[in-house]
Amino acid sequence: MIFRAIALLMLLIAPAGAEELRGTGDLGLIVEREAGSLLVVDRSERAAIGRIEGLGDLSHASLVYSPDERFAYVFGRDGGLTKVDILTRAIVNRVVQAGNSIGGAISDDGRLVAVSNYEPGGVKVFDAETLELVADIPMGSKTVGIADVPGGRFVVATWDTGEVWLLDHSAEPADPVITKLTGIGANPYDALLTGDGRTYIVGLFGEKGLTAVDLWQDPPRATRFLPDYGKDQPDLPVYKMPHLQGWTLADGIYALPAVGLHQLLWVDAATLSEIARTDLAGQPVFAVARPDKREVWVNFAPPDNDKVQVVDVLTRQVTDTLTPGKGVLHMEFAPRGREVWLSVRDENRVEIRDARSHELLGEIPAQAPSGIFFTDRAHRTGL
Amino acid sequence: MLAVLALPAGAGPVTPDRAQELRHLVRQDCGSCHGLRLTGGLGRAITPADLAGRDPDELTTVILDGMPGTAMPGWRPLLSEDEARWIADYLLQKETP
Ligand code: HEC
Repeated sequence: MIFRAIALLMLLIAPAGAEELRGTGDLGLIVEREAGSLLVVDRSERAAIGRIEGLGDLSHASLVYSPDERFAYVFGRDGGLTKVDILTRAIVNRVVQAGNSIGGAISDDGRLVAVSNYEPGGVKVFDAETLELVADIPMGSKTVGIADVPGGRFVVATWDTGEVWLLDHSAEPADPVITKLTGIGANPYDALLTGDGRTYIVGLFGEKGLTAVDLWQDPPRATRFLPDYGKDQPDLPVYKMPHLQGWTLADGIYALPAVGLHQLLWVDAATLSEIARTDLAGQPVFAVARPDKREVWVNFAPPDNDKVQVVDVLTRQVTDTLTPGKGVLHMEFAPRGREVWLSVRDENRVEIRDARSHELLGEIPAQAPSGIFFTDRAHRTGL
Repeated sequence: MLAVLALPAGAGPVTPDRAQELRHLVRQDCGSCHGLRLTGGLGRAITPADLAGRDPDELTTVILDGMPGTAMPGWRPLLSEDEARWIADYLLQKETP
């Protein structure tokens, strides 16, 4: 009886509760880098449904989702780690954990959040529930390309020292077992982990080529590949570092944005040898596969950051060049690839296009939008 | 809507319109490595406090020709000498944007 009375009272206090019950599978967050806010978007409605403010400096911000797709952990440029609730649209917790951070990852069990730092460098690992510091791992270097590896592990590359560190938190979260690989190459600028968690590919800025680390081997084995890429052509100035995340493994082939060249590189995943190159309209930043892996969509560094090119995986030809507007910073596909969302920073809007016809389906106003993150990322390794 | 880099690098003194575009370029495009507030990222901090006492000519050269052996690119293909000098002066004296 008392329980029923309380339940009734609850209903009276919160009459809208039942209507407001909702899933989060079609939601997403868009980073508004200037304003330090996040726009909460609903894919089904193709609309913004709220905004979360007060997240600090969000230039180059990225985020990861909790396993229940309700909370996001946002990594800000100012070293802030912020946990937000996308249902209540509120900041749950925020710590400024370093002077300058670059990205992060969440462990496969959703319990640990690792942040990769420029200043003072290294990686810090936090309790996902409370944001209390669990482990501090100085590496004597800026770190890049952090990713979650199956088995309670994280992998990260070091910009200044050219190493890859594998941190295994499975036995003792506060005291990870560290495997360090040296001689990876000069100045890793970013890295990606394949969706199966096996191969960690490290892009190098300080020298030609890339390094692939096979995490199935014990100890992990590093292989250099494309040792000559770029050597036959003069280097162009690089106005924005390419991002390797969102890469492609289509049909056993990687499609990688070249650094300092106006090209997409196609590499056989089994032999790590170059298959072909596609000439592009500028220096690629992101080369993202449509979820069915039939097309790769590419955006560009300034001064070509008003364009997006679509490349067919079978023919490796550019099949379309779109000009959404100045400052196309990011592209995010709906999980099953029906549509693609593009942030157009200088025009303060997000464009929604049909991923097949490329036709414009809708637009959402946003303040200087950069990264777009749909909640399905919660269930994908390496994002 | 600003089309900073779509415009050819202007010759001669920087007009107020172009200055507006250059401020946008510093914040956004330099910001992608130096941070939106220029407090550092892959590139070191370049706020007025960090650059205090530096020679504007030297900074102009760094902007135009980059710093070989580092990730700092040369902007000569996109900026005129007057524009690079304008940015150097702007970096030295501006308040945090
Ligand atoms: C692709 C990344 C990148 C971009 C974009 C970039 N910089 Fe840099 N910049 C760097 C790096 C890295 C350094 C530091 C090099 C070092 O000391 O190792 C640097 C150094 C500098 C320095 C010298 C600082 C000092 O204390 O001597 C200045 C000035 C500078 N950048 C200005 C700019 C301006 C202005 C822009 C935009 C027009 C810009 N940078 C865009 C990466 C970048």
